[in-house]
Amino acid sequence: MTKSRFMKFDTLSLHAGQHPDSATRARATPIYQTASYVFRDVDHAASVFNIERTGHVYSRISNPTNAVFEERISALEGAVGAIATASGQAALHLAVTTILSAGDHIVSSQSIYGGSHNLFSYTLPRFGIDTTFVHPRDHDAIRHAIRPNTKLIFGEVVGNPNCEILDIEKVAQIAHDHKIPLLIDSTFTTPYLCKPLDHDADIIFHSATKFLSGHGVVIGGVLVDGGSFDWQSSGKFPTLTEPYEGFHGLIFSEEFGPAAYITRARKEGARDFGACMSPTTAFQILQGLETLPLRMERHVSNTRKLVEFLSGHSAVDWVSYPELPDHPDHRLAAKLLPKGAGAVFSFGIKGGRAAGHKLIDKLNLFSHLANVGDAKSLIIHPASTTHHRMDSAALEAAGISEGLVRLSVGLEDADDLMADLDMGLKSSQRNR
Amino acid sequence: MNFTVNGHQTYAFTGGRNIDQSKSTVLFVHGASLDHTVWTLPARHFARHGWNVLAADLPGHGMSGGEPLAEISRYADWLCTLLDAVGIEQTALVGHSMGSLVTLDCAARHPDRIRALVLVGTAVPMPVTDQLLNAAFENDHDAIDMLTAWGHSPAAHFGGNETPGMWMIGGLMRLFERARPGTLYNDLNACNNYTNGIEMAQRIKCPTMFILGEHDMLTPKRSALELAKNVYNAEIVVLPKTGHTIMSERPDALLDALVKIV
Repeated sequence: MTKSRFMKFDTLSLHAGQHPDSATRARATPIYQTASYVFRDVDHAASVFNIERTGHVYSRISNPTNAVFEERISALEGAVGAIATASGQAALHLAVTTILSAGDHIVSSQSIYGGSHNLFSYTLPRFGIDTTFVHPRDHDAIRHAIRPNTKLIFGEVVGNPNCEILDIEKVAQIAHDHKIPLLIDSTFTTPYLCKPLDHDADIIFHSATKFLSGHGVVIGGVLVDGGSFDWQSSGKFPTLTEPYEGFHGLIFSEEFGPAAYITRARKEGARDFGACMSPTTAFQILQGLETLPLRMERHVSNTRKLVEFLSGHSAVDWVSYPELPDHPDHRLAAKLLPKGAGAVFSFGIKGGRAAGHKLIDKLNLFSHLANVGDAKSLIIHPASTTHHRMDSAALEAAGISEGLVRLSVGLEDADDLMADLDMGLKSSQRNR
Repeated sequence: MNFTVNGHQTYAFTGGRNIDQSKSTVLFVHGASLDHTVWTLPARHFARHGWNVLAADLPGHGMSGGEPLAEISRYADWLCTLLDAVGIEQTALVGHSMGSLVTLDCAARHPDRIRALVLVGTAVPMPVTDQLLNAAFENDHDAIDMLTAWGHSPAAHFGGNETPGMWMIGGLMRLFERARPGTLYNDLNACNNYTNGIEMAQRIKCPTMFILGEHDMLTPKRSALELAKNVYNAEIVVLPKTGHTIMSERPDALLDALVKIV
């Protein structure tokens, strides 16, 4: 028998961050549905406020149930700490605003979630933060987009919707050459499939609504700090290296070292922006996290069966999944995602927009909706739904063909999923 | 705050306050290859309550310049040089792990400078296995893995950090990874070679407290208790279900103990 030094992933998924409740001996993580916490006395209150003692003050800033979720995801990612947020978008906003201010600039992959694209394209510019979008495979473009005021590079492990794989190590090297951090949206892959910190990324966020919880009943996010970026020597991040008047002159990098970023995010961002997670939501995400390894394994095995099935289907023009030999990132996916390239992928239906429309209407098992990462299988045809106002040229510019269909493969029996798709695809080709 | 000690820039966290020679002082000393950030919480507490606080980065550690020193006694003498540079005549000393050996040696050989001594996670001797020393010599990450794994109690391997949302294992690993190459080997070697701790303990005259982790695998409680027998009237605090990383595993219990003696 080998003796390991640290608890392994599956064990941490179930246990990290939690011991049986000291007051009740409850095995499950209790839901601490409380807004605030009673101080022992006046000096105790002052010492908790002043970060001399640990503890909770107000559930917008921290909560015992949320803390278990935060610690568990930190353990699974190999991080120093995390903050649960109201949504994945709240986590991205917190990630950015903790270190960027008006006048700063982001270099972002162009293959990202539409909501993230909106934040960078339309909302952050109102607050003086601009973004340059580049193709995630074009490393020269990433390098050339960096300006003196660039403070962050951002990308997704698996791009949306065409499954481009970000070469995390190479992009991290570009970021570090310019003394700036790399932020990764790891929602599609979860730490079960890829741990970006092991590939030199610095900060991660997840929409916990998706695979982390798996049940599709909550909205939540989490911001994760790898703790390895040297803010002090970078010299580009005054929010972490200069006295913060909002906390009596605290210099986060001096006092919290590797935890400077996540501490500022909590002491300022959670306090002032206030996009906190409900403790009940944290509890529900924890229920999902307990089975994350088992679910991800099944998500991937089902996806592989569907990819193979669709690749040989007469109604399908193309399938884009990074494990396929003809995918441009095939080799990179094998390196970064050896356990599987996720459960979200796209295919092109013959007959374009009209055929896609028919397919969606005919399916019985796949749910037609705008989400991914549910235990149930999901489908969307952007040309007839989310992007229906775009003509062919506009769709092409966005990297979305008229026949593109995106699947998020769930945990059902793969035979049932294939039968449903087969029926829908055949129907879509009638009277073309 | 930066000071100049032996010609090198030296950093000590002061709780954001200036040093006032008329106030009592507490000097915190970190362990092998670590830095002042392990003391942030208690340092902030004593600073707010009116003490001069010096959570120092030893030479070649954290934000201090210079090179790490090869012997515990040289680190101990360096503490007095730091006090001279700051203009402090006498202080309470709090040391963890290697820092506990440094403070023990300092209190024994410079009794006029030390008014109270706290040894946190200590043992004399403090032997280091060849496996660990060799890995540290090679700057192999395995040394960090060993210290991080053995440094935490079995309970802490599941987490349950008193500081919300923080993963102790990851935090300690990142702190070790920040150290300059060679620092860990230097410090572990200094611990391994420190053989006259019992003799030094018998010389201690000031009030002394031992704060120990019940499940400390790096400096086992039984070794610390043997050492304590050699210190006159030592007070002993054993924290249950706690490993060697007492500052992160039991920060509030540590502070409760410190306020009784500092």
